[in-house]
Amino acid sequence: MERILSMEDIRFTYTPEETDKPYAVDGVSLDMHQGEWIAVVGHNGSGKSTLARLMIGLLFPQEGTVSLFGDALTEENLWDKRSQMGMVFQNPDNQFVGATVQDDVAFALENNGIPFEEMTVRVREALAQVKMERFLDHEPQHLSGGQKQRVAIAGALALRPRLLILDEATSMLDPQGREEVIRVILELREKTGLSVISITHDLEEALLADRIIVMNRGRKFAEGTPPEVFARGEELTSLGLDLPFAARMTGLLRERGLELEETMSERKLVESLWTSRSNG
Amino acid sequence: MMEKMVFGRYIPGDSFVHRLDPRTKLIFVFIFIAAVFLANSTASYALLLGFTLFAIIVSKVRIGFLIGGLKPVIFLIAFTFLLHIFFTKQGDLLFEFGFIKVYEEGLRQGIYISVRFLVLVLMTSLLTLTTSPISITDGLEVLLGPLKKIRFPVHELALMMSISLRFIPTLMDETDKILKAQLARGSDISSGTMKERVKAVVPLLVPLFVSAFKRAEDLAVAMEVRGYRGGEGRTRYRQLKWDWRDTTALLILLLLIAGLWLLRR
Repeated sequence: MERILSMEDIRFTYTPEETDKPYAVDGVSLDMHQGEWIAVVGHNGSGKSTLARLMIGLLFPQEGTVSLFGDALTEENLWDKRSQMGMVFQNPDNQFVGATVQDDVAFALENNGIPFEEMTVRVREALAQVKMERFLDHEPQHLSGGQKQRVAIAGALALRPRLLILDEATSMLDPQGREEVIRVILELREKTGLSVISITHDLEEALLADRIIVMNRGRKFAEGTPPEVFARGEELTSLGLDLPFAARMTGLLRERGLELEETMSERKLVESLWTSRSNG
Repeated sequence: MMEKMVFGRYIPGDSFVHRLDPRTKLIFVFIFIAAVFLANSTASYALLLGFTLFAIIVSKVRIGFLIGGLKPVIFLIAFTFLLHIFFTKQGDLLFEFGFIKVYEEGLRQGIYISVRFLVLVLMTSLLTLTTSPISITDGLEVLLGPLKKIRFPVHELALMMSISLRFIPTLMDETDKILKAQLARGSDISSGTMKERVKAVVPLLVPLFVSAFKRAEDLAVAMEVRGYRGGEGRTRYRQLKWDWRDTTALLILLLLIAGLWLLRR
C-alpha cells in the first residue's frame, strides 16, 4: 500500500532561542498508509495539535522531514500538497469564510483556480457527501455547530483530498453534533476509502480508528490498535487521559470480583454482563 | 436594538429590482444620484418623485421599511426645508407672521431641496433593501476591477468586506453573551452618569476584542490551509449574469435623464 504521510524524527519548538525549554514535538516518527484512520490522542499541551500543523506545512520542523504522498514537504511544493489534503479545525465559527454554505464549500476550489462549471458540480457533490445538500443558501448563523463542521468537512472534500486531518473537530460540539460528524466521517471512509487523521481527546472517537497514537510531552508515548493501547489502562490514566467508559466500567467491575472480558465497546460489556449473570 | 436598523438592511424578495444584477443597480443608483441634480423645475422634480415611487412599486418593498429607513434623515430634510423658507427672500411675499416672512421662491426652493433629499435617500435605501450585502460586494469588486491595473487591492478589499459582513452576526452574538456575563457579575451599563456608563463599556469591549483577534487568527490559518494565496489565479464561484432586465433598467434610466433634460427650465 502507498504511503501517504511519513514523518521522520520530527523535532519542533515554538521558541528556538530558548534552548532550555522542552520541544513541543520531540523525535516523533510516523507512517501512514492510504485508507488508514489514525487517531492522535493526548491531553492539552501534549503536542498533538502541533503535530497536525507540521503535517500540513503550517509549521516546519527544526529537525526531521515530513513527506506527503511520497515527496518531502518543502516551501516550493507546499501549495500543491495542500491542494491534496483537507483540514478541519476546532471552532466551527472561525473557519467559515463564505457568506453562505455553498460559498464556503467553494472557497478552496476558488483558491485552486477550478473553473466555474466544475465548481458547481463539486460543491453539490461534497455537500451531498455530508448530507447538507439542502442547506446550499443557508447563512452560517442559522446552522448548528455540527452542521457547520459538516460544511467545513464538505469544504475540504470538494478538493477531493487524499488525506483529511481533523484537528479536534468535534471537541466544541454538543453530543448530537459530535455524533453527526463522526457518522459522516465513518460513512466517507467506508465509501471512498479516505485517509483520516483525527486529533482528539475524545476517546470514544479514538476507538473508531485503525491505529491510536498517544502523545505525551511532545513524545510518542504509545502506538497501536485501540485494544492494544487501552490495555495499558493505568499508564494512560496517569497521563491524564480517560479510558473509554466501557473499559473503565469493566476494570471497576473486575476489581469487585466479576469475571469479565476486557472490552472497549459498551455493547459487548452489556452482553457479557447479562450472559454472565444469566449463566450464574 | 439592532433590529431597528433599517437603513442598510436587506429584505429578500423576488421582484424585478431584486433580480437585477448588482452591477446594474450600483451603476443605476450612481448615475441617478448625478441625474437628480439636473432637475431644476417643478415638472422635473415631479418626474423624479414619480419615478422613485414607480421604482418602489416595482421592487415590491413594503413602504413601512422605507419609512423606517427615512427616520434618521427626516430631521435633516425638515431642517433644510425651514432654512430655505426663512432665508430665501425672492419672489412674492406669501405671508408674514411677526418677524417671519415667507417668500414664494423660498417655499419653492424648500420643497425642491426636500424632494431631492427624499429621492436620494429612497433610491439608495432601495438599493440596500433589494440587494444582499454580499452581492453589493461582488458588484463593487467587478466594477472596481479596472483599478487593479494601478495596483489598487480590489480583490483584497472585497474579501475583507465579505468576511466582515459574515462575522457581524457572530460578533453580535458574542457581544450579547459578554453583556449577559458582565450583567450577571453586577455590571451596570444602563444607569449612572455618562462617564460611569462609558467606563462600564470597557469590560465589554476588551473581551470582545480579544476574541475577535483570536477568531481572525483562526480564520487566517483556516484560509491558508484551504489554499488561499491572494487574488491571483483565483476563480469565482459567484457569477454575475447580465440579462434583459439589466438592459431594460439602464434604458429606463436613459429615458429618465432625457425627460429631466427636456423638463429643465
